[in-house]
Amino acid sequence: MSVDVLMPALSPTMEEGTLTKWTIQVGDKVSAGDVIAEIETDKATMEVEAVDEGVVEAILVPAGSEGVKVNTAIARLSGEGPAAAPAPKPVAAVEAVPTAAATVATSASSGVSSADPEIPEGTPFIRQTVRDALRDAMAEEMRRDPAVFLMGEEVAQYQGAYKVSRDLLQEFGEKRVIDTPITEHGFAGIGVGAAFTGLKPIIEFMTFNFAMQAIDHLINSAAKTLYMSGGQIKSSIVFRGPNGAAARVAAQHSQDYSAWYGAVPGLKVVAPYDAADAKGLLKAAIRDPNPVVFLEHEIMYGVEFDVPEGVDWVVPIGKAKVRREGTDVTLTAHSRMVGFALEAAEKLAEAGISAEVIDLRSLRPLDHETIVASVKKTNRLVSVEEGWGPYGVGAEVCQRVVEHAFDWLDAPPTRVHGEDVPMPYAANLEALCLPSVDKIVAAVKSVTARG
Amino acid sequence: MGRPKTTKTSQPNLTNTSQMLDWYRSMLLIRRFEERAGQLYGMGLIGGFCHLYIGQEAIAVGMQSVKQTGDQIITGYRDHGHMLAAGMDPKSVMAELTGRAAGVARGKGGSMHMFDVEAGFFGGHGIVGAQVSLGTGLAFANRYKENGGVSFTYFGDGAANQGQVYECFNMAELWRLPVVYVIENNQYAMGTSVERASSEVQLFKRGLSFNIPGEQVDGMDVEAVRAAGERAATHARSGEGPYILEMKTYRYRGHSMSDPAKYRSRDEVDEVKKTRDPIDHLRERMAALGMADEAALKAIDAEVKKVVADAAEFARTAPEPDPSELYTDVYLEA
Ligand SMILES: Cc1ncc(C[n+]2csc(CCOP(=O)(O)OP(=O)(O)O)c2C)c(N)n1
Ligand SMILES: [Mg+2]
Repeated sequence: MSVDVLMPALSPTMEEGTLTKWTIQVGDKVSAGDVIAEIETDKATMEVEAVDEGVVEAILVPAGSEGVKVNTAIARLSGEGPAAAPAPKPVAAVEAVPTAAATVATSASSGVSSADPEIPEGTPFIRQTVRDALRDAMAEEMRRDPAVFLMGEEVAQYQGAYKVSRDLLQEFGEKRVIDTPITEHGFAGIGVGAAFTGLKPIIEFMTFNFAMQAIDHLINSAAKTLYMSGGQIKSSIVFRGPNGAAARVAAQHSQDYSAWYGAVPGLKVVAPYDAADAKGLLKAAIRDPNPVVFLEHEIMYGVEFDVPEGVDWVVPIGKAKVRREGTDVTLTAHSRMVGFALEAAEKLAEAGISAEVIDLRSLRPLDHETIVASVKKTNRLVSVEEGWGPYGVGAEVCQRVVEHAFDWLDAPPTRVHGEDVPMPYAANLEALCLPSVDKIVAAVKSVTARG
Repeated sequence: MGRPKTTKTSQPNLTNTSQMLDWYRSMLLIRRFEERAGQLYGMGLIGGFCHLYIGQEAIAVGMQSVKQTGDQIITGYRDHGHMLAAGMDPKSVMAELTGRAAGVARGKGGSMHMFDVEAGFFGGHGIVGAQVSLGTGLAFANRYKENGGVSFTYFGDGAANQGQVYECFNMAELWRLPVVYVIENNQYAMGTSVERASSEVQLFKRGLSFNIPGEQVDGMDVEAVRAAGERAATHARSGEGPYILEMKTYRYRGHSMSDPAKYRSRDEVDEVKKTRDPIDHLRERMAALGMADEAALKAIDAEVKKVVADAAEFARTAPEPDPSELYTDVYLEA
């Protein structure tokens, strides 16, 4: 019985690739695990391993073929087993973890333009991924200040589990780019202790899910020591890493900690959306004399935006940003949800509803002046966040608006947020669990239908 | 208790033919199942993280043969092999990987979070090191209930550096809890080798200052695993407290499905596959003992292939969970 070898996918989001090379020929005998070909996508090169044993009967797709669709038969083996796609084995730089890039555009506009008042006139821009913007922010600050160092799991030799620290080891060496064992509680505490003496650590958590091992040091040690010491001891330290839901990684790896850290006096909490803010806010966080929790988003890492070039681009912590102006409703969001809110605003415009979109950027301090000013204009508020609703960021935003703009509201403030359950694994349940553009549109319609 | 009996051992234990054939079937099932899971991942049918057990089969299988009814197993996210070794239905495990209602966790847990209390399998945990405390808790309950059960608590060489491991080592010995700590030392934690992460690379010595005996075991040799497992389980079951087994092993594939694996050479991997493969090793052993009946082995190969193909087909076509499942299992009725 012959079996077809199928074009494999490296990740669930890969649809096609280039078959660069065959390492077998017709007549060769292969067994499971043998490398038979090399394929390439925009993200990675991978070796294809045979899964079944057999003799190569035919090569159906010649080396050098581009745009070969996943699951196309690429070779035929005479074997005993059932038809089998080979296992992909990546050999080039990709994340150690799946990305859900297919669920977002790989390039996006964030409403920033050269007309942005934050950006000096005539500043040139480059297109850059959020990942590279974060990397550049760290590199620039490490060049500027020898007290800055980076520590975390897989940050050095592996170049970052998500490649955010790519090339930093090469430039700054082992003294300043430090791989740790899997010991979050320990190395977070080491970071804070080092910060007590004036060093400026950047502590990377592979994801914020794992920072739960270390949260005592973020709160009890980093956030409170300045106060407890009567102002003697500062902790100028950044805790950073991806936060929130990635794709299909289920309950223990998909959680948004915005509200958790947002509740703690002594911490600053930042959650950028686009690459320019990722860079500018990270530089500000590193320079800040206080502990800063810097929440990134895995699904945004690969998305490109315009980033100012050739200037020392620092975005002050504590300022929200109006990403789109509108008159009928105010949408607030942070991190990846800003993109959802912008998309919803676009859809709403088609329906004749003008939405103003505010990117919170900084969760603590929260810039409620910008939100309140917007609500006084639109008279309606819908907050959007990926995390759970109860006791959440949206709850805080709504409270501030009620407190400062109660008389301007034409409808009760409304929240869109992740469902109040742990994140399920199944694809259909996961989609139901997360906020979506449609859920935002529906929430806006529910408040604009009134008054 | 006196000084810990911290030793390195690897004395294979003569076993009978049916035991060996069982091991062979079980290890082959894991190997073929994992290869197929890798394929399904490549086809987009499995999402998120998927950590394969290929190369480490002898550990779960050898230890399973010392497990008694009522004992518990708990491990991390690299858990498919332990479940199959524990006799769980390959269909329901594979259907969990594809996120279907018929999955062992009804599609809610996925690859890293699977449970089957009936099989004594308490997960499947995504947070590195968490299972060590939980497994110690299972042992605590066994002692509390005086049920004679032993907790087999598995973790990796990377997990062995987490602080909670040592908090639990101390309590386990202090309270003489019936727990066997099985360290699956596959030499890497993601891209970090043991040498780069551990000041003491002989992980069986990690219990020394707690007075917990430890042994280093050839984890590619199912007989050695079984023999050491028996010593450890007997120690734990008889009320003498915890025992550490450091299983020297190797993972053939990347850490998870999309690991570029640049931290080790292809030659290193090939060398292990060629010289230390646990399945080849068992086959050779059976041949040397005159136990290898080629026809019997062939029949097992064919049977396993079919079981795995059926599981994959089932997992591919089984329906997704009902949307209402999103809100179930959050709380029990009080
Ligand atoms: C607390 C925590 N930190 C980090 C991670 C990310 N992570 C998952 S597996 C892993 C490596 C673990 O290696 P090891 O314990 O040797 O087990 P192996 O994967 O080799 O089986 C890491 C760092 C995690 N899941 N949990
Ligand atoms: Mg390991």
